[in-house]
Amino acid sequence: MSTATATETAPTTAGAPVVPEEIQSFTVTLIIRRYNPEVDDEPHWDDFDVQMYPTDRVLDALHKIKWEQDGSLSFRRSCAHGICGSDAMRINGRNRLACKTLIKDLDITKPVYVEAIKGLPLEKDLIVDMEPFFESFRAVQPFLVANSAPADGKERIQTVAQRERFDDTTKCILCAACTSSCPVFWTDGQYFGPAAIVNAHRFIFDSRDDNAAVRLDILNDKEGVWRCRTTFNCTEACPRGIQVTQAISEVKQAMLRGTL
Amino acid sequence: MTSTIEAPRSPYSRAPRSRGVNWEKWGWIYMRVSGVVLVVLIFGHLFVNLMVGEGVSALNFAFVAGKLTTPFWMVWDVLMLWLALIHGGNGMRTLVNDYATQRLTRGILKSAILAAVVILIVLGTLVVFTFDPCPAGSPADLLPSFCPAS
Ligand code: HEM
Ligand code: SF4
Ligand code: FES
Repeated sequence: MSTATATETAPTTAGAPVVPEEIQSFTVTLIIRRYNPEVDDEPHWDDFDVQMYPTDRVLDALHKIKWEQDGSLSFRRSCAHGICGSDAMRINGRNRLACKTLIKDLDITKPVYVEAIKGLPLEKDLIVDMEPFFESFRAVQPFLVANSAPADGKERIQTVAQRERFDDTTKCILCAACTSSCPVFWTDGQYFGPAAIVNAHRFIFDSRDDNAAVRLDILNDKEGVWRCRTTFNCTEACPRGIQVTQAISEVKQAMLRGTL
Repeated sequence: MTSTIEAPRSPYSRAPRSRGVNWEKWGWIYMRVSGVVLVVLIFGHLFVNLMVGEGVSALNFAFVAGKLTTPFWMVWDVLMLWLALIHGGNGMRTLVNDYATQRLTRGILKSAILAAVVILIVLGTLVVFTFDPCPAGSPADLLPSFCPAS
């Protein structure tokens, strides 16, 4: 482990020099699963050493590698702040957003393994084809379907309790961390997957929406909610802390009861 | 940690929606309903066989033969047989769906599971309802000691 340091220029108060705090940096080894479809037959693992601070994130490490060591490293990111959902990846075997995973939360005495999320076709390095994921998402009609005009030409009123009913599932950023952590989705990619069910839940339990029955029917499919085996991988993976497994169970219950 | 899961086989197309009985749903319900009943049946079975009275040392041919002449235990055992075998068979079917990727392998494994379940249910049910510890006309030295003929 090397010992490069950064010195922050701290402001001085009343003339007394404040001792600048030294922040320790250390070498982190990242082992990244690389794949270039134009030259590789099979993916392979490459390792990189980067100098990081504890407050850095895995995304910063990837940036350092791309900008300073190997410009060909390919990954998606946009917001870098956990909002856009583009950088879900498997970090030490767990699906995480690279931009929300702090280096200090990982065991850096060992190399950090980074690879693309699983169960979706690998395109290049950390990039997968998200189309099957979005196909499932589109299939559940993830938009408001209201058959009536709101009273007085105003907005549709909802009580606090009615809004609370589906609040959790409104937080989804469609990162695919949940769906690509689900062993049932891995089997053949036919299962709708947790994210599609989460986004169906968001409208099924919305008091302003009139198409719950249609969405429940879509998810009552052979490849729908019944394939869920309550593994909880999805809940564990969700960077937004959505209770994914619970949302799936609520959809199952609504189907069995026939009411919301 | 670094195990690799291959990309799905048919990523772009979902199988067309099948009409008719929703087997996946009824299978899901069955696993839960039979599970609840099995908790009572299995633990009741274990308790009566292993804990009550002299406990496990009371277990012998006569003990089982005695139970299989009591209508209450006959119904109990047959229920346990049917519920557990169908439950276990359906559970194994999900495991095959998880691990077998070839159509043919899946077909063979699921057929084998189905055959095992059907054969065991038929044989088990036959034993429970036709069991006779002292079949008439058997040589006396082959019969258990409590039979009148021995
Ligand atoms: C003690 C009472 C039992 C209860 C409460 C119970 C409950 C359950 C439930 C709820 C499931 C479905 C899990 C899911 O899909 O999420 C399941 C699966 C399963 N059960 Fe049972 N069960 C019991 C006894 C048995 C017995 C006696 C057998 C063997 C004959 C068995 C074999 C299986 C198998 C193979 C699975 C599939 C495992 C999987 O899906 O990963 N169970 N059980
Ligand atoms: S439910 Fe969570 S893990 Fe799944 S896509 Fe939405 S934000 Fe990502
Ligand atoms: S880069 Fe936008 S969520 Fe991580």
